[in-house]
Parts: sequence; structure tokens; C-alpha cells
Amino acid sequence: MLCLAPDAGALLSDLRVYRAAPLAVLRRAPFEPMTAIFDKRSGATHVVADIVPVILDALLSSTGDVAALAARLDLDHGDLNDLNDRLDELVATGLVEIL
Amino acid sequence: MRHRFDVRVGPIAFRIGSAWRAPIDALARLYRDYPQSECVAHYTVRLEPARPWRRWVRPSVVIGGDHILPEAAPLPLRLGLLAAEMGMNLQLALGERRFLLLHAATVERDGAALILTGESGAGKSTLATLLATRGWRFMGDEFALLDPETGLLWPFPRPSSLKNASIETVAAVVPADRLGPELADTPKGRIRHVVPALSAIAAMDTAARPAAIVFPRYGAEAAVRPVARSEAFVRLTQASTNYVALGERGFIALTRLIETVPAIAIDYPDTDSAIGLIEDVRAAL
Repeated sequence: MLCLAPDAGALLSDLRVYRAAPLAVLRRAPFEPMTAIFDKRSGATHVVADIVPVILDALLSSTGDVAALAARLDLDHGDLNDLNDRLDELVATGLVEIL
Repeated sequence: MRHRFDVRVGPIAFRIGSAWRAPIDALARLYRDYPQSECVAHYTVRLEPARPWRRWVRPSVVIGGDHILPEAAPLPLRLGLLAAEMGMNLQLALGERRFLLLHAATVERDGAALILTGESGAGKSTLATLLATRGWRFMGDEFALLDPETGLLWPFPRPSSLKNASIETVAAVVPADRLGPELADTPKGRIRHVVPALSAIAAMDTAARPAAIVFPRYGAEAAVRPVARSEAFVRLTQASTNYVALGERGFIALTRLIETVPAIAIDYPDTDSAIGLIEDVRAAL
């Protein structure tokens, strides 16, 4: 029998490797403090907070797991949960995918 | 269809067919100053009985055409003119692909067009109709037609549709011969149409450059505030009937509009205040 520790889900999500949707399939319009992003594949428009373009840019330059991404964004370890939540949302929208 | 009326309003040509003569006669009177369509109609509206015998027995009008809303309730024949107007709106709202449609009134002065948009009851039709009596060109009270290729607004100057108390407000300042018949007990209360001035109809092939997006709100103390571009973008996607259908063209058209013109919210307690605030907005452009 496989027994998972209570925090196993978080540990597993920490190991996921993320990649941003390619630039060619997105159109962005920065309207501070939000950015409108059109996804040519789905035809959906996303209006996102200003952290999202930063995450997408970071995941465009190189793929990575949440820890690597946090380091690239100069986030503290305590921000990892928030970053995980943002990444889950972005995966759900299709703007980020899990490799 | 037994009876038929063709009309062109700006870049849109309609063919309206009816099982009854009365709605066509009412349309012909209301649109007497508009050109008959010289081209194949872009949209067809059909006014038909729900069942063959309902043409005579308690006649009720079902709005049909290339695009339909299955859940739309029939209207009594005495509201046949309203049914025709609703049918024209419906065809355009669901079928239009050349222009990005915004549920908005538009007026123009000195080449600069204002887009007045907001929820039902915000006063779009009333304000646009009143501004047209004070030197502005009436470009429409229902849909702003934004050309995705040029960024220009095209006129769609159908007769404006006034409701309830605004009827008396406007009737006091427009010539009586520009008023259509009063339609009582409609789903939205009393409705009366106002035919635009001949000059507005004559200029319906002349596009205008958008100069500002205005969000009027009736019932509050007079106030003006800038609207963030992100808020304006979201509100205009909600105000568009075909933004999703246009896909990337719609996104490009709307973002260009938002990036190039200011968006302003206006609260007003009465129409005189609103018109004063709108003139202030224009002066500040």
C-alpha cells in the first residue's frame, strides 16, 4: 500500500515543470493595472493581474518548476503557495501548461 | 411574405417581411426619410403568426429571420412596429461580422464621436436624442458600429427608441412630425420613436473618429471620473454582442479603441446636467 504524507500534494506540485503558451498564440494589451490577453487557440480573452505577464515572461525564457520560477521572480519561500495557486489558475486557462 | 419593406440604415440593409400589412405601413411611415435599400439585404426580418390561424384570431407576431431566439415571446399585432424594430436589432446583434457592435449610442460633432454606453436605463437614447437637438449629429442610439480595419465608427441612425418618462422630456424639444406613434404596454413600458433629423440621415454614409467613451449613469449627484482602461475594456466586452464571434479582430479593434480614446464615467441627476457634463468632456478633448 502506498501511503502519502499529508503534504504530498504540495510536494508533487512543487516538482511539476511549467511552460508558458508560445508568444505567437497570444496577443497582449497592457491596461495597467491589468493586462488583457487574447488566446488565438481558444478565442478566449483573459483579463489578468500584473503578476501574470511577469510569470508568462519568466516561463517563456525557460521552463521550470515552482521553486525555479520563484527564484527567477525573486520571491520568498513563503510566497510559494501563492505562486502555486497562480500557476494552477494559469494552467486551467491554458496560458501555462505542465510538461 | 405577403408584405415587404426594404430599408438601408448606414451600412446595413434590411428586408422586413410581414404576414400583416399594419407593421409594414408603420415602418414605411417611420422610415419615410431613409433610402430604400439599393442592394441585396444584409438581414431579413420576418413577422409571422405563431400558427396559421393566429394571423386572424388574436393575432400575435413571432419575430423570425436568419437568426432567431427560440425563447422570444410573441408580441400582439398592435406592437408590430416594435416587433420589427426588435427583429432588426436581433439580426444585427447575432449576425453582424463586419463591425464590432457595441450596445451604445453615438453622437458626433466637428468630426469627433462620443460613444455613450451603459446598462439599460442609463439614458443613452435620451441623451443622444437631446444632444442631436443641440448641434450634435445623431449617429445611433442602439449600436455603435466600430470598423476593425479603420477604427472608425459608422452611423446606424435608426429612429431612437425612447421609453416612459423620457418620452415627454424629448417630445418637448423635437418637432412633432419627428415622433412616431406611442406604443403602450410593451414589455418595457411605453415606447415612442424619434426620427433623426434629415441632416443625420443624409450623413449616414459618413464615418467618424471615436473621441471618447462615456459611461452615463442616471440618478446620482453630478460627477465625472476617469475610467481605468482595464475597466473600460471589460465593460465594453460586456456591451458588445459580437465581440466573441469576431475573435482576434474583435480583440484588436477593442484594444485599439481603448488605447486611443479616454473613457469617462458621468453621474447625473437630470438631463440638463448630463448634457452640460458631456459638453465639458468634449471641451476637454
